[in-house]
Amino acid sequence: MVTSQDIRQILASNEALAPIADQISDDESLFDRGLDSFGSVQLMLALEERFGIEFPDEFLSRKSFATIGAIRETVAAVIRPQAA
Amino acid sequence: MSTLAQRAQRAAAVAALHADVVDREGRFPLEAVTALKAERLLGLQIPSQFGGEGAGLREIADVCSTLGQACSSAAMVFAMHHIKVASLVAHGLDSTWHCHLMERIAQEQLLVASSTTEAGIGGDLRTSFCAVETTGTVFALGKDASVISYGTQADLILATARRHPEAVGSDQVLVALFADQISLERKTVWDTLGMRGTCSDGFRLEARDIPVAQILPKPFAEIAAQSMLASSHLLWSSVWYGIANSAVDRARTFVQAEARRQPGQVPPTALRLAEVSNALQAMRAAIVSALRRYEDAHGDADTIGSIGFSVMLNNLKTTASEMAVDIVQRALSIVGLAGYKNGTPFSLGRPLRDVLSAPLMIGNDRILANTAKLLLVQKGGGQLMSA
Repeated sequence: MVTSQDIRQILASNEALAPIADQISDDESLFDRGLDSFGSVQLMLALEERFGIEFPDEFLSRKSFATIGAIRETVAAVIRPQAA
Repeated sequence: MSTLAQRAQRAAAVAALHADVVDREGRFPLEAVTALKAERLLGLQIPSQFGGEGAGLREIADVCSTLGQACSSAAMVFAMHHIKVASLVAHGLDSTWHCHLMERIAQEQLLVASSTTEAGIGGDLRTSFCAVETTGTVFALGKDASVISYGTQADLILATARRHPEAVGSDQVLVALFADQISLERKTVWDTLGMRGTCSDGFRLEARDIPVAQILPKPFAEIAAQSMLASSHLLWSSVWYGIANSAVDRARTFVQAEARRQPGQVPPTALRLAEVSNALQAMRAAIVSALRRYEDAHGDADTIGSIGFSVMLNNLKTTASEMAVDIVQRALSIVGLAGYKNGTPFSLGRPLRDVLSAPLMIGNDRILANTAKLLLVQKGGGQLMSA
């Protein structure tokens, strides 16, 4: 089970988002809050490491990582088939 | 009714006629752009409900290549115009003001320029210093625009700026500014090795009392990721292909003339021609396959904004720009001094100087560095026909 709090912890390691990670709501655009393309790649790597998963190419889009809520669903969608 | 190819050929013929003076004097290719307007080519991409022809990037790319064979500067102006129009078409449909703007572009054949580059941030189009300052229903904007190609000749400039004075550098919007709404004070002059007719001077841009409706509602981050990256790399590459193609044409004519002088023998330069024709075909294949992938995406934002797609477009840009330079240089080595001299039917000085801009327009190292980051997460395993 992935929680929004898990994701906020990972966001806190991003330079641009660290000071505000706790204030970002689940459906707020991370890109509007300063996440850039390299930041999103770093975020994907951190999520892969933290949850022991690999995102397939079709998940590697802006939309999948645009908000905390989207990330939660993306991670859950990748974990689910592995658990089954 | 002429075909699109015929209309493009007619405009290219006008561009070719004035190509030398445009290059020598470093002046705007006015005759070529007037011909493009007369052939109604500036509104090609505008959807038909707004009076355009609803053409896709594939058609625009073909025109870019045709013009690139005649005058690289005119071709690049046409490409840059359509890169901006592509953003309007992809992201302006939700805004009444921008829909009306599209009608005007098609009807009046307005020329659209771009102002993304800013003093102090170099070529990083995803960062702005300047900010939109809104008061009620109007806004003001002041920008140290270190490059605006054909800034004083354009009817309209699409400029990036931070959304408001407190916004972070990457929180940008794209605003439309008519020439009669702004003042442009020239700060630097575009006196360059090649691409001299794009007149990419530097300016201080000032705009006051502009209606807020002229701000595109979509965040610029999305515009950049979903339309600008693709249209820039696809259309620039098509211009470079046109330049490379015309250089190979000159080399071919040269080799064939040699062959006619020595019947029964294959001139030694024919082997070099075979090599360069090989390279030109590979360059064309790279561009056409990227254009097909773009068309197959049917404007789907997720596909076009995905990491795999960005890597593909980045690779197209670095590959096409390097190949174009290599091809023109090979053509020059075939033609020899007749190509090195100006004013011969085989002169290759201008194409070579122009095409040397290709690896520098968004420097290839910057693009490779961006690809390197994306490759940290991209997975492999694509199939020959599907990725």
